Amino acid sequence: MAEIVLDHVVKRYPDGALAVDDFNLEIADGEFIILVGPSGCGKSTTLNMVAGLEDITAGKLIIDGQVVNDKAPKDRDIAMVFQSYALYPHMTVGDNMGFPLRLAGVDKETIRKKVGEAAELLELSQHLDRKPANLSGGQRQRVAMGRAIVRNPKAFLMDEPLSNLDAKLRVQMRTQISRIQKNLGTTTLYVTHDQTEAMTLGDRVVVMRAGIVQQVGTPAHLYAHPANLFVAGFIGSPSMNFFPGQLRGGGTVVTALGEARLPDRVRQSLDGAGSTGEVIIGIRPEHFEDASLVGDKPGATFDAPIDIVEAMGSDVYAYFTMKGDVAHSQDLDDLAKDTGNELHSGGVDVTARLDAAAQVQRGRTARLWYDTSKVQVFDAASGKNLVAAVR
Amino acid sequence: MTATPTSAAAQAIEDVADDGTVQIAQQRHSDAKKAERKLGLMLVAPAVVIMLAVAAYPILYAFWLSLNKADLRRPDDNEFIFLDNYITVLSSPIWWTAFGVTMLITIVGATFELILGMGLAIVMHRTLVGRGLVRTSALVPYAIVTVVAAFSWRFAWTQGLGWLAPETSAPLTEFWPSIWIIILAEVWKTVPFMALLLMAGLALVPEDLLKAASMDGASAWKRFWLVTVPLIKPAILVALLFRTLDAFRVFDNIFILTSGSNQTSSVSMVAYSNLIRGLNLGIGSAMSVLIFLTTGLIAFAFIKLFGAAAPGADAGGKR
Repeated sequence: MAEIVLDHVVKRYPDGALAVDDFNLEIADGEFIILVGPSGCGKSTTLNMVAGLEDITAGKLIIDGQVVNDKAPKDRDIAMVFQSYALYPHMTVGDNMGFPLRLAGVDKETIRKKVGEAAELLELSQHLDRKPANLSGGQRQRVAMGRAIVRNPKAFLMDEPLSNLDAKLRVQMRTQISRIQKNLGTTTLYVTHDQTEAMTLGDRVVVMRAGIVQQVGTPAHLYAHPANLFVAGFIGSPSMNFFPGQLRGGGTVVTALGEARLPDRVRQSLDGAGSTGEVIIGIRPEHFEDASLVGDKPGATFDAPIDIVEAMGSDVYAYFTMKGDVAHSQDLDDLAKDTGNELHSGGVDVTARLDAAAQVQRGRTARLWYDTSKVQVFDAASGKNLVAAVR
Repeated sequence: MTATPTSAAAQAIEDVADDGTVQIAQQRHSDAKKAERKLGLMLVAPAVVIMLAVAAYPILYAFWLSLNKADLRRPDDNEFIFLDNYITVLSSPIWWTAFGVTMLITIVGATFELILGMGLAIVMHRTLVGRGLVRTSALVPYAIVTVVAAFSWRFAWTQGLGWLAPETSAPLTEFWPSIWIIILAEVWKTVPFMALLLMAGLALVPEDLLKAASMDGASAWKRFWLVTVPLIKPAILVALLFRTLDAFRVFDNIFILTSGSNQTSSVSMVAYSNLIRGLNLGIGSAMSVLIFLTTGLIAFAFIKLFGAAAPGADAGGKR
């Protein structure tokens, strides 16, 4: 167990392509860190540099107080779980899990004992003599975990370990990984493109885009205070709704939802940022509500032509399109490209998560309310969050 | 049982109906299977006929000849002598010397070919720049006609003529030097072939496994020995099998280099001498059949001893 420090780490490929630029992160002992971002954002490259599978172009990688830039992977004492599991097909489950110990020259009896303990923990005891080919996906994933656990390394590195599992198993394994990590207290660096995994697993989350760190923070902080449009759009499911708007004097903002007066707290930070003019307003789905259920809580109301209603039991999802310009920014276009969601219906598509008691019907217009104290205001040009800037 | 009689009866009728449909479905299924099999047989029939004509007939005819006293110098004495030819061959020191020489060339040659071929395969697999050039140039020896290559080796080792030949002796006129030169010519010629087969195996080893092994603490040598080799075992087996069978039938290199002088004949050379030069079809055929049987045994031993199953499958070939 150890702390890991990435100090101005850069990865540049021989052809000049910059994969990771100026990555700074201090991972505390026992911390669970998630690297998240769309494909090609440099998160796996970063992980491979920590593992020693890729050279570090510039900067320092420090594990347990030692600079390990030039150490071979085998001398770094860290274990890795691969997306493909990378189990040795010619070895039994037991041999797979005991392989790192065997290489370390541990005697057979100890190997047997340690593999047995790990197998117990992962519920693999009755499969130890089988070959990986005869296991299910979930079992293989657990063997890969077991191989990382047995040698009690300084840190775990996990490269999208759950991506090859079906949805139900993924949720199960997610909680299991979380439990194992908490029990062992081993420093863990976990790469994923799935924001749900990032939100549920990590102590802290690092959001990356095009080789650059966008924001580092606890899941709750990222959710409530995204630093820019990219983080705001990436974190959260369903994702945040964005409306282009105009900031006017006196703390009012005009969007497709009409004119709204921002609460003092938001206004103050906006004044501090000295910003007027073009902005993009972000509102999370759950910050909408049926106006008739709200009472007189501060906020703004508008009429929404409801297209589709999905009753989930606990909540109601209402989808509608507001006429007006669609928010355009480099950040949002990148996100849309990543999710393949590049269709536009000639207006702003909005998702609202309402209370189960909300009176909304398909094809009818409904009076909706939104919580102005929770809105995020982004600079239209730079994508920076103007509200978070002062905080 | 709380079911009323009527519902029980209805259930029974339903069961019958079910049985009927199931039977019809099964019948149709097996009819389709039969038709498919018939079509399959018809489609392979032409190929089978050709194979019978060009492979089965000569083999069976050679086997028949080996049971006869068929000597073209005395065609009138032709008679059925059952296994007499085999007894003659198997009690002849010429045959056993040739057998020993062939085995030596096969085993030593295949060993060197495997080691050098593996090295070449790894180089070709790992080359990043000029990959095409490296692969092409490595394959040149394999592209040269064996007889042409054998002639150049012969000139190279001829005293007073070749660049490899020593001043004071003629290596191709002595037994051991000849054997080593034959092995050298064989190895030089077939290492690229071996490398090609092994490289195909290397390409199938997932990069992730090697990365995982290095994370698990394996040095380069251990990664090769504990991960790569077990995974490419099928490729090694195929390459070794092909080479052993080929090497056991070695002919052209020896024919050109020494013509079998100083007891350097291989079994194929001896069979050729008896059959074509000596015109003794019976003895020659008996030798051919013995060579055929030996290669069959080698192939069988390979499959049985090393197993041909892919790694990871529990139903391995080792049982």
